[in-house]
Amino acid sequence: MAKLTFSIGGIHPADSKLARDCRIETLPLPPKMYVSMFQHLGAMAKPVVAVGDTVKAGQIIAEPGGFISAYVHSPVSGKVTAIGPRKDLAGFNQMHVEIEVQGDEWAEGIDLSSDLVTEIPEDKQFILDRIKMNGVVGLGGATFPTHVKLNPPPGKTAECLILNGAECEPFLTSDYRILLERTDEIVVGAAIMQKVLGGCPCVIGIEENKPEAITAVGSSVSRLGYPGIRVETLKKRYPQGGEKQLIDAVMHRQVRSGGLPIDVGAVVQNVATSLAVYEAVQKNKPLVTNTLTVTGDVIDPARQHNYLFRIGMPLSYIAEYAGGVPEGTVKIVSGGPMMGKAIANLDAATVKGSSSILYLGQSTTRHAATPCISCGRCADACPMGLEPFLLKRLYAAGDVAALEQNAAQDCIECGCCQYSCPAYVPLLDNIRMAKAQVMGVIRARNAKK
Amino acid sequence: MTNTIIWTVAILTVLGLVLSLVLFWVARKFRVEEDPRIDDIEKTLPGANCGGCGFAGCRAFADAAVKAGNLDANYCPVGGNEVMKKVADILGCAVKETAPMVAVVRCNGTCEARPRVNVYEGAMSCKVKASLYGGDTLCLFGCLGCGDCVSACSFGALSMDPATGLPVVDESKCTACGKCAAACPKHIIELRAKGPRGMREYVSCVNKDKGPAARKACASACIGCGLCEKTCTHGAISVADNVAYIDFNKCKLCRECEAVCPTGAIHGVNFPKPLDKDAVKKRIADRKAKAAEAAKAAAEQEAKKEVTNG
Amino acid sequence: MDKLTVSPSPHVHAKASTASIMRDVVIALCPAMVVSILFYGWSEIMVLAVGAVSCVAIEWLIARYLMKRPELFSGWSALVTGILLAMNLPSTSPWWMIVLGALVAIGVAKMSFGGLGQNLFNPAITARVFLLISFPVQMTNWSVPNGFVGGVDAVSGATPLGLIKEGLKAGESISEVLASSGMDAHMLLRDIGGSGGEISALALLAGFIYLLVRRVVKPWIPLSILGTIAVIAAVFHGIDPEHFTGPNFNLITGGVLLGAFFMATDYVTSPMSNWGGVVFGIGIGLIVMMIRYFGSYPEGMSFAILIMNCFVPLINRAFHQKKYGRA
Repeated sequence: MAKLTFSIGGIHPADSKLARDCRIETLPLPPKMYVSMFQHLGAMAKPVVAVGDTVKAGQIIAEPGGFISAYVHSPVSGKVTAIGPRKDLAGFNQMHVEIEVQGDEWAEGIDLSSDLVTEIPEDKQFILDRIKMNGVVGLGGATFPTHVKLNPPPGKTAECLILNGAECEPFLTSDYRILLERTDEIVVGAAIMQKVLGGCPCVIGIEENKPEAITAVGSSVSRLGYPGIRVETLKKRYPQGGEKQLIDAVMHRQVRSGGLPIDVGAVVQNVATSLAVYEAVQKNKPLVTNTLTVTGDVIDPARQHNYLFRIGMPLSYIAEYAGGVPEGTVKIVSGGPMMGKAIANLDAATVKGSSSILYLGQSTTRHAATPCISCGRCADACPMGLEPFLLKRLYAAGDVAALEQNAAQDCIECGCCQYSCPAYVPLLDNIRMAKAQVMGVIRARNAKK
Repeated sequence: MTNTIIWTVAILTVLGLVLSLVLFWVARKFRVEEDPRIDDIEKTLPGANCGGCGFAGCRAFADAAVKAGNLDANYCPVGGNEVMKKVADILGCAVKETAPMVAVVRCNGTCEARPRVNVYEGAMSCKVKASLYGGDTLCLFGCLGCGDCVSACSFGALSMDPATGLPVVDESKCTACGKCAAACPKHIIELRAKGPRGMREYVSCVNKDKGPAARKACASACIGCGLCEKTCTHGAISVADNVAYIDFNKCKLCRECEAVCPTGAIHGVNFPKPLDKDAVKKRIADRKAKAAEAAKAAAEQEAKKEVTNG
Repeated sequence: MDKLTVSPSPHVHAKASTASIMRDVVIALCPAMVVSILFYGWSEIMVLAVGAVSCVAIEWLIARYLMKRPELFSGWSALVTGILLAMNLPSTSPWWMIVLGALVAIGVAKMSFGGLGQNLFNPAITARVFLLISFPVQMTNWSVPNGFVGGVDAVSGATPLGLIKEGLKAGESISEVLASSGMDAHMLLRDIGGSGGEISALALLAGFIYLLVRRVVKPWIPLSILGTIAVIAAVFHGIDPEHFTGPNFNLITGGVLLGAFFMATDYVTSPMSNWGGVVFGIGIGLIVMMIRYFGSYPEGMSFAILIMNCFVPLINRAFHQKKYGRA
């Protein structure tokens, strides 16, 4: 079968999936958990507990602060000891609920058994409510509330559900591990989302560097026998897992600038989200756990791990449990090396979207920028077909109109341009600013209309 | 040979004539009638095209002023009152005088006062840094030190001091155009009245964290204790969001706030003599004692009155 | 662990850097350098050495002392300019002329525009054209190859293109010129009188293939240059073989290969996009052939590249990348 891939740009960074053979381990509970109220895209969640309250694991502790927002649940049982600002991994203050862990008692109505439930509820609204009430958000990086994404606006229908198992970022292996260890649950989750979307076909896309996962998911799909689900092999190429790129690869359609995937009939969900949907709908279990990879180029192979963590564990606690910050670490990244965020504050708590603790050494420090030699590699690498060198120049000149004309707002911040620039020009650093500027102008214009 | 030369000269001459006629015709046909006063005003203006007035450049300023017929919306901070008077003369209207202003950097977090807790490695731009994370110190409000203000200044009035890591304003070059204030993502730079002989008093901190947190992040942070507000007899100081602010329109430059500030966040500049803290503190204490005495006397009087009345 | 480093993503970088790319170009030029040294001997070694050393030294001096911005010194890139300049000169060039050329290449064409990446014209070619116009005698004193390879039987004193131009001017036909000079045999590997860089087509091709394999250059610019030259030559040669030389001759002689492979593909002075590169190449091919067939100079590669350099900003404006979702 032909391998699918997107049509413009792309790069081939070293794979570095060092933790691919490490089974998922469950982390023990720390003495204190810090649950952020800002773990999703959209409005901040509003706490519904007070200091001194006792909570059970899986109990709602905050409700959505707007239409695009999500419920937040207590990941542990214990006592609420504080509600207030705490520094996130970037050093900014965010509202957190601090919980002192006492035992491990779960709220009622949650099925904690590991039995596979393959029967899918008939009522769509019931499914959507379960997903919403259990606080499921997209775990591919953007943490967009899933119930909103699975409920297309009137007039738009989903023609294809794409399950994103590309995991195109180097180093990360958490999606790969759940594809191997939670295969059936993920497939059932896909079937649930298919049902909500009106029975459209579903494609599970997995990059070619994960043949075991492709085989496992393939056999699970045929064993479980849900109609309209198929596995496709994707070429290994970054950013294969980008939403727009994946739609191009699988459906050969391109989302127009400023549009949404649903405009071309596509709904893209991460495989980890699919697992969360399964647990929410079939087990009524809220999103309080996720999988995270501890890896890096300075950590020795024996200390690589994939962990099942409770959302709200401090990063430093996980790092400590995994043997401490390894010698030679210069930078710690949460997420992949291409799009992840550098951690300024290791005491920050994990959030729903946390996918890794990545230790990077001296070899990844930035080189001083030298003059642009107009080689055009950035433009060749850009998966959106933009011209990063030009955008940077226009941003420096402050020409917002020309930036919009040259589609700065289309940038997906994948980092391909900066990765491939032989002159080490901080292209993306600048284009991000340019994009924000153009988006501001576009928003102001739309508000006027 | 001669023939070639004659032909060349002839063709070029004719070509020149024809083209000059075309140019002449185009210039006539497409001439834009403009108020001559626009040119006059533009010549009067400093011509830096800095945009400090809010218009795209000096020409746009002149255009807008002539169209409006008054100077209500136009003020050239670079030229100041002198230039504005000339512009007003050209337009034949009045202009209100404005006190000369200067850019003031309200951050005092030097390298010693505000220890670095991580190393920033991205593009050297405060804007990029501010959008990435909280910064390389524990202070979320202070100067990021990448010099966006320096590159925004078209008059060379700003420079980074390598010793403190903070920008320094050269008052003699600063025209108060406001470009730096707009460029600073942390809104640290403020345009303040230059003050008599350049003397002025300001709070060199914008940290809105509560006292202990601010103090932990920076030894010279304003901790919002309110001592200055209580001391000020002119009502010029207000504390909001854990940070004090001195209203330069009300400040009488008595320097009492500067003397009582426990962290040295209040700065006085261009004063002829260095501040004698003890003397000022004594002055405040004396005044307070006197006031207390007066209050006591008044209370006694009141009591006496009551006794006599009763 | 000391303080953590924080920076925006991406946190990893490709291996290639400007220095590694320029180093690859130097490596790619090695076969041609070796062949030219074999054929022209010690004098060619002198030309190459003076060219390389003077370009690097002049750039360093200008960056350090004149511009007072030592970070503008580009190292490998200056070396590439020096080698290319040397390969564009006859092996008999006096040392002072090469140094003067280096001064023009680095000082005028490169550093006065602001250094690496800012120049509009290819520095080596600018210098070559400057020398060609200023010192026509020295610049056309093509020596007989008399290097380390013995018994070479080659065209003496003039390049094939020069011979043909002279012959045509004197009213001879091409076949007469060829017959009288004994050319046309095995020109592919060697035997082509000219500057050091023009001596062996095979060596140049080998270098270019190395660059292609290392993904330093893309083939579109050279292909379109060579294609255009071949097509034009085929058409004219087909119409009048006695006055217009054929495609094979035009592709192999003169600086076409050196120019197409190494000069026109210079990143800074060529268009960014693939289609822009094709237009750029077609323009060069057209101009070269017009100069060769109808101009007074026997060769026109340098002029063609310089002229098309002027159009690069315009070409870059006209040709853009295909954007996602904006059909």
